[in-house]
Amino acid sequence: MTDNTVDPRRRRFLTGTATVIGGIGAGFAAVPFISSFQPSARAKAIGAPVEVDISKLEPGQRIIQKWRGKPVWIVRRTPEMIEGLKGFAPEVLRDPESDKSAQPTYAKNAWRSENPEYLVLVGVCTHLGCSPSFVPEMDAAGMGSPWNGGFFCPCHGSKFDLAGRVYMGVPAPSNLEVPPYQFLTETRLVIGVDKENAA
Amino acid sequence: MNAIVRQLTSLRDWVDDRFPLMKLWNEHLAQYYAPKNFNFWYYFGVLSLVVFVIQILTGIWLVMNYKPDAAEAFASVEYIMRDVEWGWLIRYMHSTGASAFFVVVYLHMFRALLYGSYQKPRELLWILGMLLYLSLMAEAFMGYLLPWGQMSFWGAQVIISLFGAIPFVGEALSTLIRGDYVVSDITLNRFFSLHVIALPFAIAGLVVLHIIALHEVGSNNPDGVEIKKHKGPDGKPLDGIPFHPYYTVKDSVGIVVFLMLFSMVVFFAPEMGGYFLEANNFIPADPLKTPLHIAPVWYFTPFYSILRANTVNFFWLDAKLWGVVFMGLGVMVLFLLPWLDKSRVRSIRYRGKVYKTALTIFVVSFLVLGYLGILPPTPGRTLAAQICTVLYFLFFLLMPVYTRLDKTLPVPDRVTH
Repeated sequence: MTDNTVDPRRRRFLTGTATVIGGIGAGFAAVPFISSFQPSARAKAIGAPVEVDISKLEPGQRIIQKWRGKPVWIVRRTPEMIEGLKGFAPEVLRDPESDKSAQPTYAKNAWRSENPEYLVLVGVCTHLGCSPSFVPEMDAAGMGSPWNGGFFCPCHGSKFDLAGRVYMGVPAPSNLEVPPYQFLTETRLVIGVDKENAA
Repeated sequence: MNAIVRQLTSLRDWVDDRFPLMKLWNEHLAQYYAPKNFNFWYYFGVLSLVVFVIQILTGIWLVMNYKPDAAEAFASVEYIMRDVEWGWLIRYMHSTGASAFFVVVYLHMFRALLYGSYQKPRELLWILGMLLYLSLMAEAFMGYLLPWGQMSFWGAQVIISLFGAIPFVGEALSTLIRGDYVVSDITLNRFFSLHVIALPFAIAGLVVLHIIALHEVGSNNPDGVEIKKHKGPDGKPLDGIPFHPYYTVKDSVGIVVFLMLFSMVVFFAPEMGGYFLEANNFIPADPLKTPLHIAPVWYFTPFYSILRANTVNFFWLDAKLWGVVFMGLGVMVLFLLPWLDKSRVRSIRYRGKVYKTALTIFVVSFLVLGYLGILPPTPGRTLAAQICTVLYFLFFLLMPVYTRLDKTLPVPDRVTH
């Protein structure tokens, strides 16, 4: 011990490097804590396709099937319902051609389905995730704008037609999502796989 | 008798040699000088502390019987209500406490608006209070998922989906919050952890900071004058009285009255007609079916109305994102209050007509937004919500202008009676 004077430059350097190295260490230590917030392996595994029997589905009816924890609707449209999808004035629907909406290519058409008769939709509002109610009546009172049947979200008032296309002037930004699906037979449907996307 | 007193005094002195017991007591109670003119509005700070204690105590007891598991949560709450000795009381105290917390906190915040309590030098005190309010909102939101009823589930679904509106990272962020692609058992479990450990700790810590900051700058008062300006020869503020025993006694009266009202709700109207406990929440969560009418609990409805009022896409952004942005801003703008208010005076007593009008419009629009938020949307109500949203924000946006223009009255030098 010959020199007891303080060397501030040296002290500052040590403080600085200790802060930087310690900060990097704390950053790495935070990784497992933040990563553990992500879906676990088990949560990721519950994504298997589901099969649905639609033989008992009558025209005009809807059934709900759970897929990946979400409701999937299968609606069997009547000829009047299919006819009702046409003839909206251009300012009624926000995305009538489904250009900014999520669907497989075979559902990017006027009916948003592979077979015009059967509509398959993820029953989750594109606004904030509520599940809209089914309002199949062609002239339901209180629906306001031109109404040929469709879906009404009770949470924030978004409206969709019977192809899941969103109306103008409601909070939902895009059409209801169409999941990948394919017909195994005339009356059996699998949701979650199709010719484009293997399971 | 004297022997006992001597014993206790020497015990106190023993502690005092090892811990600043009397120093803390004096700084925060016996020699903390508070203005002598506190009125009714000054009860709500201590009342929020009382409710916090009620929530912590009842919460500890609820956790002893509650099961944070999607398969069992709903049944375990019913088990507490029906089979646990006095479980119904503890549960109703906790559920009523949640609403009571917001009642007293909103009144406490309104007091700050009335008397300019956020103005210099109390800006940091206000910010700490706002952080408390944010933590309380998070605490309430996460607690509401735990009974795993229909409203628990769909309320959480909607609020977590809000984050999905953020461009680019939104979807990933929602998934990170849920820990799953839908609200599930995993979400329930983590909300339980945050509700019973993380947020109560955060709130307790912020309460300590809030009080330390308050005692550093001193309490404001209904006249908005600084009592520290006039001190007696002993260095004590002339218009101040020691918090203990004056305000500890006065507050005890307030606490008793509050507990009477609180008990009336707990015993006679714990559901409060569906506003404190919503009817749909007595149905177990069903991820496939949204109830026909969903609304958040009353204390979130003003901001929920602001969210719903955004139905138009403008610029290049979706209505959905605007809703989320405005809802967030609706809360965050309150942080800026100390810098938006340019008035020369603090208290409403010496403000002019302009501020009084603005504050009235603000309060009315806030209440109307809250009322609309519990109703299902119709075109007319949406329009009303849009008007109130505009008024709500104008109160803040125009504040630097109208507080400067306002004709204020001369402020007295000392507190009045």
